[in-house]
Amino acid sequence: MNAYLGIDLGSTTTKAVILDEAGEVLGRGITNSRSNYSVAARIAGTEATIDARFALLGRELGDLDQTGLPASFRLEQYLTQLKLLGQIVEEEGSKGRSATYGKPLLDKLVEILVAMEGAELERFARKEEAGSNFFRDRAAADFAKFAEERGDRKGVTFEALLAVFDRAILRVENADVDVSFEGNILRAVERIGGGDVRVAVQKIRDTPLVMAASVGTGYGRARLPFPREQIRSEILCHGLGAHAMFPETRTVLDIGGQDTKAIQVDGAGIVTSFQMNDRCAAGCGRYLGYIADEMNLGLHELGPLADQSKRPTRVNSTCTVFAGAELRDRLGMGEKREDILAGLHRAIMLRAMSLLARSGGVNDEFTFTGGVARNSAAVHALMELVEENYGKRILNISPNSIFTGAQGAAMFAQRSFEETQHAPAVSGGAEVHA
Amino acid sequence: MNRAEIVAWAEANYLDLEFTAARRWLAEEPGRKAVGFLPVYAPAEIIHAAGMLPVGIHGGGDRIDIIRGDAYYQSYICHLPRSVVELAVTGRLDFLTGALFPSTCDVIRNLSGMWKVMYPEKYSRYVDLPQDFAKGVGGDFWTHELRELVHDMGELRGSPITEDELRKGIGDWNRRRALVRKLYAKRRDEPHNVPTDELYQLLRAGEIVPFEEFMTMAQAYLDVCDKDGRRPRDNARVIVIGAFCEQPPLGLIRTIERAGCYIVDDDFLIGNRFLTREVDCSGDAVRALAETFLNHTVANPIVYERDADGKKKLVGERLRAARAEGAIFSAPSFCDPALLDRPMLQAGAAREGISFISFKYAENTGQFQQFREQAGTFSDAIKLWGNV
Amino acid sequence: MSTVVRDQSQELQKQLISGYFDSLSTANEDGKKVVYTFVPGNLTELIRAFDLLPVLPEINALQYGMRQKTGQFILDAEKAGHSEDVCTYVKADLGMIRAGNIGPTGKKLPKPDLLLLSYTGCYTFMKWFELLREEYQCPVVMLHVPYQGDGKISPAHRDYVVQQLKEKLIPALEELSGKKLDEDRLKEMLKLSAMAEDDLVAVFQSAKAKPSPIDAWFGGVYYIGPMFTAFRGTQAGVDYYKLLRAEVEERIRLGKGPITPEGDMNQERFRLVAEGPPNWTSFREFWKMFYDEGATVVASTYTKVGGTYDFGFRHDYTRPLETLAEYCGECYTNRNVPTRIDMLVKYVEEYEADGFIINSVKSCNSFSAGQLLILREVERRTGRPGAFIESDLVDPRYFSAANIKNRLESYLQMIEARRAGGHVSGLEVSP
Repeated sequence: MNAYLGIDLGSTTTKAVILDEAGEVLGRGITNSRSNYSVAARIAGTEATIDARFALLGRELGDLDQTGLPASFRLEQYLTQLKLLGQIVEEEGSKGRSATYGKPLLDKLVEILVAMEGAELERFARKEEAGSNFFRDRAAADFAKFAEERGDRKGVTFEALLAVFDRAILRVENADVDVSFEGNILRAVERIGGGDVRVAVQKIRDTPLVMAASVGTGYGRARLPFPREQIRSEILCHGLGAHAMFPETRTVLDIGGQDTKAIQVDGAGIVTSFQMNDRCAAGCGRYLGYIADEMNLGLHELGPLADQSKRPTRVNSTCTVFAGAELRDRLGMGEKREDILAGLHRAIMLRAMSLLARSGGVNDEFTFTGGVARNSAAVHALMELVEENYGKRILNISPNSIFTGAQGAAMFAQRSFEETQHAPAVSGGAEVHA
Repeated sequence: MNRAEIVAWAEANYLDLEFTAARRWLAEEPGRKAVGFLPVYAPAEIIHAAGMLPVGIHGGGDRIDIIRGDAYYQSYICHLPRSVVELAVTGRLDFLTGALFPSTCDVIRNLSGMWKVMYPEKYSRYVDLPQDFAKGVGGDFWTHELRELVHDMGELRGSPITEDELRKGIGDWNRRRALVRKLYAKRRDEPHNVPTDELYQLLRAGEIVPFEEFMTMAQAYLDVCDKDGRRPRDNARVIVIGAFCEQPPLGLIRTIERAGCYIVDDDFLIGNRFLTREVDCSGDAVRALAETFLNHTVANPIVYERDADGKKKLVGERLRAARAEGAIFSAPSFCDPALLDRPMLQAGAAREGISFISFKYAENTGQFQQFREQAGTFSDAIKLWGNV
Repeated sequence: MSTVVRDQSQELQKQLISGYFDSLSTANEDGKKVVYTFVPGNLTELIRAFDLLPVLPEINALQYGMRQKTGQFILDAEKAGHSEDVCTYVKADLGMIRAGNIGPTGKKLPKPDLLLLSYTGCYTFMKWFELLREEYQCPVVMLHVPYQGDGKISPAHRDYVVQQLKEKLIPALEELSGKKLDEDRLKEMLKLSAMAEDDLVAVFQSAKAKPSPIDAWFGGVYYIGPMFTAFRGTQAGVDYYKLLRAEVEERIRLGKGPITPEGDMNQERFRLVAEGPPNWTSFREFWKMFYDEGATVVASTYTKVGGTYDFGFRHDYTRPLETLAEYCGECYTNRNVPTRIDMLVKYVEEYEADGFIINSVKSCNSFSAGQLLILREVERRTGRPGAFIESDLVDPRYFSAANIKNRLESYLQMIEARRAGGHVSGLEVSP
C-alpha cells in the first residue's frame, strides 16, 4: 500500500508521521534531534514505520498490548542497540586517555553492559513501563547507576567510566543500527512464544508499505536530505496539521522551544496570515526552561506549581537575560514561588497574545500546539487572556499536538503525490523496509 | 486640607487610568470637550483657551497589561506608545475629541499618523515645533502653526476662539507655570518638605484634572509644605536627567529617594514648565506665545541646540542652579532623544568633574534592585567624598 | 561569492561612485570645501552650485556595512558611551571617525567645513550633527523641513524652508565658498536634475512589465546611488540614467528578468513590494534569499527616501528655491503614515504584486514605528498578504539569516498555497 511520510525536524525533537491512502494517521515516531539531522530524520521515520506496522497489526489482531508483542519488540530493539553499545564501549575504552586504565576499565565496562542487559530483561519480566522512549535516556540512566556501583576512587573512577559512555553513546546514536520492524519483530514474536500472532505478523511484514511521497519541515528542514520541492515551511505544515486534527480551527498558536508562531488558517487549512516572535527568546519554551533551572525544578513541575497560586505576582519583563536575577530578587523579597511562577506564565502568554493580535486575533476555533501546550498553567493563563480580549473561544489541544507539523507535512506529501498522479510524469516513490 | 489629603487626591488621579476626573468634568455640562496631548511640549493653553480640557497622555505606566499595544510595536521601540495604544484600543481615551502629537521624536510623530488611520473620525494633529529661531523665520512658522491650531480648536468646540479668550487662556497658563516653578523652587530649597514622589503625583494629576482644580490643589500643597516642616536628612542632592517623555514608574522615583538622594531638579513632565518665562498677553498673545518659544525654553533634546558648547555646559549649569551634588541620567530604554543626547551631556559632566550615574528604565519596570544599589552607592559616595 | 555579473550601467555607476570617493579623498589637497549633509532633503545642486563637495554620512555607513566593517565601529562607539538602543548609522559613523576617518573605499574622508543639517524625516539627524559638531568643531546650519503631518506640504511650510535657505543656508554657503550664489548656474543644474529624474522614474516604472526587468529594491539601491549622492544636477548623472533606462527597456524587449549578482533572474515566481530599507551587512545573502525563490521586488519605498519622484515631483528650474524646499518636504520618511499606506497600496495594485514585505530595521524609528499598523492596513486594503521581517541597517548582530530565511520561505509558500487554493479575497483581520 501507499503511504505518505512527513518529517518535522525541530530544534529539540524530530517527529515523523505516516498517513495511509485515506489520509488517516497510520504511525507516529519521535526521536531527539542531534547534530546529524539526517540520522534523526531516519530514526523518526523508522519509528513511525514501526508504529504504522503495529497499527496495521492492530487492525488484524485487536488489542496488541494483551499479546505482549509491543513490549517484547521494544525489548528487542533495546537489546540490538545495547549490543552495539557494548562493542563501541569496548573500542572507546581502549582509546585515548581511557586506555591508560587498561584492562580493569574494560572489565568493568563489560560488567556494566551485562548488568544493563539484565536490568532491562527484569523490567520486561515485571512489565514495567519505560521511563523514556529514547535509548539514550534509558541507557544513560542504567549505565550511570551501575558505573556508580563499580566506580573506584583510586582505580577506575566513575568519571572515567562515564567518559567512555559519553563518547560511545554519540556514536551509537549516529550509527546505522537496525531497529526496524522487520529486523526485530521475529525475535520479539519468539520471545512471547509465537503462536497465533506469528501468522498475522508474517502477513503484515510482507505487506509492502511504499512511501509514495515525503515532505520535510521544521527548524532544521533545510538540512534534510530532501529535494527542494519536498521541503515545506513549518508554518504551512502547522496550519494544515492543526486543520487535520481539528477541522474548525481558524487560529493556531504554537509555542515551541525556540520560537512562537501565531497562524491564521481558512476552512481548508490554508495559512492566510502568520507572525513569528522576533529574535528575542522571551515567551518561548526555552524561557520556561531557564526558569525551571533557576528554581531547581523539572520543566513539567512548573505548571502544577503555578496553578497553586492565589495571588499571581505582576511580572512585567519576560527578558530571558534578566529572568534569573529577577527571580532571585523576588524570592529574596519573600514572594511565594507559585505566585512568581503564575506571574511568569502570564507574562509569557502576554507575549503570545501580542503575536496573535499581530497575526489577526484569535478566531474560533483556537488550537494550541507545541511543548508549552502541555503546561496547565500556561493554558489557563492563555485562556483567561483570550477570553478577556476576544470573548469565549473553543480551545483545542491534542495529545498528539507535538506531531502537528509532521502531520501537516505528510498531508502535503500526499497532496503533491496525488497531483503528480494526474500529471504525465510520475516521480517514483521509494519502498521503505518492505 | 492637609498633606495626606492632597497626596491622596493626587495619587487617586495618578492611578486612575479611566480618567474619571476628566470624564466627570465633561459630564457636568453638555457640550464640553477634552483634547489630549502627548509629551514633550504641546501648547495646551490653546486647548484651554477654547474652554476645552487639555489632557496629558502619558501612557499606562506599570498599571496595565499590554496586550494589543504590543501588536503595534516591535520590541525595539520604547514602551510609551504601546501603552498609549493599549489605553486607546481599550476605550479608555474615547472621551477625547482630539489629540495633539508634538514633534518629540519619530515614534510619537508616526503615532500621529497611526491615530489618523485608527481614529479617522477624531481630530488629530502633528504639532511640529520650530527648529529655526529667527523671528521672521521660525517665529513666523510657529505663529502660523499656532494660528492653525487656534482655528482648529475653535472648529472643534464649535465657534472661533476670540483674541480675549486667547489672552486669558495663555495668561492662565502663565499662572500655572509660575505655580509649578514655585513648587520646583520649594523642592530645590527644602527637598525634605517636598518629596518628589508627592510632587510628581501632584503634577501628574495636573495633567488630567481641570485647570482650577489643579491650581487649588497645587497652591494648597505649597501651603502645607510651608507649614508642616520636616527635618532635613543628610541626603545627597541630585538632579535626574532624561526622563522627559516616557515617565518613570513611581517606584523608581521612590527608589532614588529612599536610597538617600534628594531629587532637586528633574525632567519629569517637563512640558508644564517648558517655557521659562511668562508670555506677554498684552497684545497679540499667539504671536507672543510663539516668540517666547524661540528663545525661552528649557534646554531639551527635542529642540535643536544652537550653542556648540551648550550640551557640554548644560549639566553643570543645572547642577549649580539646583545646588546639586550629582546627576542621575535616567532615560527610557529605546528613547532616541534622551539616549542620543546622553553622551554629549556626560562628556560635559565629566569635563567639569561632576559625579553621575546612568540607567535605563521603562514605564512599567517592576524591579528596582539594580537602581537601589546604584543610587545608594552613589549617594554614599557623594556624602563621603563630596562631589568630584 | 563568485564573480559578480554586471552590465554596462552598473560599471558606470561603480565608476561614478568611486570617482566621487576619490574626489573626496583629495578634497583638502585640491582646496575643495566640504559640506556634510543627509540623503533625505539633500541640496546637492545648491551645494554644487558653490563648487562645494557634498558628503553623506549615511552613504558612508551603508557602504561600510556592505563591506562588513560596521560591526566593529558600532562596538567602538558603544564602548565610548553610546547606547545600544540607538541608530547604528550614527554609531558606525562615530566609530569610523575614531578609526581615523578612512572612507569605505579605503581612502581618506575629508573633514567637514560645514554641517548642513537637513532636518527632514528623521529625528536622529539632529542628534547626529550635534554629535559631529563636537567631533569637528565646525559650524552647523539647521534646515528645518516641516513634516507632512497632514499628508501635504502647505505653502506656509514651503515658505518657511525658503526663508531658511535665503537667510541662513545660502549666506553660510556664500561665506564658505567665498562666492555669491549664481542663480543661472543653479537653474541649469536643476534642469539636468529633472532630466535624470524622468529617466529614473521610467526605470522604476519598468517593473510594471512581466517579468519585471529590474529588482526595485536590491537592484534599486544601485539605481538611486548617483541620484541620491552627488550626481543630481550633473551631466554625468543625466548620462547614467539615460544609459540605465535604455538597458532596462532592452531587457523588457528581450523579456528578461532582473540582473542579480549571479546573472539574469528569468523565472519570476513572485512579485513583491518592499517597505523599509534593506539590510546592508548581509545585503547579498538577503538578496539571494529572494532571487533563489524567484521573488522580484517590483516597487520599494526605500528607494524614495531621497525623493518620491514617481509620485510626480520634479525639480522645477523656474522656481529654484521653492522647488528645493518642496523637494525636501517630499522625501519618503517625511510623509505621514496614512500617505505611506496609500503609496504601498498603490504599489501593490499598480505593479500587480502578489504581496508585500516589510523589513523592519531596529535602527530607524522613522521607518519602523507604525509598520505593524501599515502591515495590517495594506493587507486589509489590497487583500494581499504582507510579510514582516526584522533586521537592522548596519549592525550585524541584528541579522539572523536562519530566522529571516524561515520567515521569507514561509511567506512565499503561503502565497503559493493561497494561489493553489484559489484565494484572492481579502484576509479576515480583526486587530
